[in-house]
Amino acid sequence: MAHGPAKGLRRWLFTTNHKDIGSMYLWFSFAMFIVGGIFALIVRAELFEPGLQIVDPNFFNQMTTMHGLVMVFGAIMPAFVGLANWMIPLMIGAPDMALPRMNNWSFWILPFAFLMLLSTLFMPGGGPNFGWTFYAPLSTKYAPESVIFFIFAVHIMGASSIMGAINIIATVLNMRAPGMTLMKMPLFVWTWLITAYLLIVVMPVLAGAVTMVLMDTRFGTSFFDGAGGGDPVMFQHIFWFFGHPEVYIMILPAFGIISAIIPTFARKPLFGYSSMVYATASIAFLSFTVWAHHMFTVGMPIAGELFFMYATMLIAVPTGVKVFNWAATMFKGAMTFETPMLFAIAFVMLFTIGGLSGLMLAIAPADFQYHDTYFVVAHFHYVLVPGALFSIIAAAYYWLPKWSGRMYNEVLGKTHFWVAFIGLNLTFFPMHFAGLAGMPRRIPDYHMMFADWNMISSIGALIFGASQILFLYIVLDAIFRGKKATGQVWEGAEGLEWTLPSPAPYHTFSKPPEIK
Amino acid sequence: MTTATSEGTYYVPEMSKLPLLASAGLFLSVFGASTWLSGMPTNPLFVALALFIVAASVFDWGRRLTIVAGIIVFILVNAASEKIASVLTGPMILAMGVAVFITVLWSWFATVIRENIAGLNSPQVKRSYVWGMSWFIFSETMLFSVFFGALFYVRTLAVPWLSGEGHGASNVLLWPGFEATWPLMVTPDMAAHGDSANVLGPGESMSFSEAPSLWTWLPFWNTVLLVTSSVTCHLAHSAIKRDARKAFNTWLGITIVLAVTFLTLQAEEYVVAYQDMGLTLQSGIYGATFFMLTGFHGVHVLLGTIMLSVMWLRSVLKGHFSSKDSFGFDAASWYWHFVDVVWVGLFFAVYIFG
Repeated sequence: MAHGPAKGLRRWLFTTNHKDIGSMYLWFSFAMFIVGGIFALIVRAELFEPGLQIVDPNFFNQMTTMHGLVMVFGAIMPAFVGLANWMIPLMIGAPDMALPRMNNWSFWILPFAFLMLLSTLFMPGGGPNFGWTFYAPLSTKYAPESVIFFIFAVHIMGASSIMGAINIIATVLNMRAPGMTLMKMPLFVWTWLITAYLLIVVMPVLAGAVTMVLMDTRFGTSFFDGAGGGDPVMFQHIFWFFGHPEVYIMILPAFGIISAIIPTFARKPLFGYSSMVYATASIAFLSFTVWAHHMFTVGMPIAGELFFMYATMLIAVPTGVKVFNWAATMFKGAMTFETPMLFAIAFVMLFTIGGLSGLMLAIAPADFQYHDTYFVVAHFHYVLVPGALFSIIAAAYYWLPKWSGRMYNEVLGKTHFWVAFIGLNLTFFPMHFAGLAGMPRRIPDYHMMFADWNMISSIGALIFGASQILFLYIVLDAIFRGKKATGQVWEGAEGLEWTLPSPAPYHTFSKPPEIK
Repeated sequence: MTTATSEGTYYVPEMSKLPLLASAGLFLSVFGASTWLSGMPTNPLFVALALFIVAASVFDWGRRLTIVAGIIVFILVNAASEKIASVLTGPMILAMGVAVFITVLWSWFATVIRENIAGLNSPQVKRSYVWGMSWFIFSETMLFSVFFGALFYVRTLAVPWLSGEGHGASNVLLWPGFEATWPLMVTPDMAAHGDSANVLGPGESMSFSEAPSLWTWLPFWNTVLLVTSSVTCHLAHSAIKRDARKAFNTWLGITIVLAVTFLTLQAEEYVVAYQDMGLTLQSGIYGATFFMLTGFHGVHVLLGTIMLSVMWLRSVLKGHFSSKDSFGFDAASWYWHFVDVVWVGLFFAVYIFG
């Protein structure tokens, strides 16, 4: 395996190297993060004041829809896959991913898929405007013509995710260095193993859902049409059977990242390693039993409401185990607060806020009040932005020296953190109040009484967006001008990846390392 | 290159054009299908982009040629975009995409087979392929469970609710007179609107309850065919484990004949359904679930038949597979057993209790 990186563009187009593919995933997800962020800023600009001033309502709906789709499938998921590509082989002492060519295929599908998805915005009739959840009949009978492009884009994104997941499972199960037993694996590997399993279970369900939407739209079937004996509510059941595990797909790898960062900067081993593994598995299992809590108000037998309410609340138990374990890891630790640690601690606190508002939403009778209000928007943005996204940014700061061989500027990193932290809380915290006061989501105009909260949210969004430009600058500055990093990088870091020089050589662990 | 036959050395292939080409082929296919089904005007730039990537990769143009050619193609396509759009239709793009995709898959499998014959695949690499195929089949299982789930949901919940079961009150307002039955011959639309209904039920159903006798009932014979083919496939498997090439070729050949017979009969069933029974995709939820489940399964049988045929040709023409190494065939046979098991599920859920 002497082959090194090729020169020029060929290296990236034709690569089979997990590090190259990981970098491409990460850059792609950052690009999509900016695109999705621009969509969000258009939404926030329209909502800055009551009344319709900037965009027309149909375009507003396209922006909320595309923001959701791009952030979920284009930013968060590919970022985690990129981290998995970079880190899993390094963490388990493998020479590469198990199926390197398929690995590159999973990546290259994505730019094509998003080209197709984003191009719908310029088509006659506009792009998808039915929300990222594409409920029937909004996505069937009342959909714009471009819905077909959306359907096929989702199809190939799903194929990409499934192949990526298969690759990760095969790598973790088959490529561990001798002595790297399952219960010695870093938690990031564990959480990704379980996430990959979730992906393989639910991405085909999404594929089935979009296929039925396609059939109803173009081939006259009645899956989601009461006139022929079908049921639009069935769409919601199928969608959320995919959708709920999907939200754990976007958070379990984050748990793994936080479980790597906190011990490093607390200079203590992770508290309760095995309970973390079991908690992750429990969350994954429970995620299949709670989907209808998204549908409390749609009409369900009382037994169903109760079952899904209690099952949902049960998830707080393993999640609580994790939060307490992170807190216990920090307890009496020799803590320092470098940028990754700041993001990790913010994760623990703000994700918990999102988790607690989730518990409020889980209470079926109370959900009748909260449903489809900004309270829901506040809830899922608290678990996704300071949750999934902060963990990704933390991971980028934490492993960037290992990837690039250079340190980022600590002062700028901390500035990024504080600006982003203030921006996101300004954006999303007021949404709790607007929602509790009754402001519905997915509307371009609203009552005067919500004006103040919305103006604060919009200002916060602008601050948060601007901080990400700083992030881009910090990363580029580190790559091109940063100080050389040592192999160890962080004083308290443990794990196979830190035994390698920085930057990690193009090929690592061609001979499996010794694991004690 | 070193040969790796022991543990501890994992073959990581060198750079490959296949993934990018496969992505371009897949993109062209779905882009063509979307253009076709949506009736949107063709976007020639996207087609040109994908074809340009294919050409530049395949012919390995240097950097200078790629840039120059890229600019020229962009200007030309942009200038003539309306002309091209009027000629280039969705089905044509789809056909191009499928052609690229199939060529890439062919060359991809050929590469993997060559590597295996060259002895590059250590036992560990082979285990990766085994895991890959197993989890792929598992994902297919989940795909089928969506459609089974939809069938069970409408039968046990949606249709009874439409007729007013549970605490529903809307049925009286929306679909007065609708009664829950399965197979659903009278749709809610027909019950409520009579002759002016848009969504009509099927004329006849495929249910066993309407069959004159088991022995003249096509789905029964289809089941016999597929179950037998699973057995013959297994016999082929045991033959190759004994290195009995002749028996292997024979049993695998019989499996393929059974598979093709099944597909022919299934096509015949569809023709009868459409022409004589008034059972179409549009025949309410019964038609939708019937054709979705059996159609999806049929496509998978077709895929499995193609896999098995390739394995048969590899054995007959090239003498591939031995008792020690038969992964290609193994994977195809797992897939085959999988589609057979799905059929048994279909047979009971769609036909017997349908």
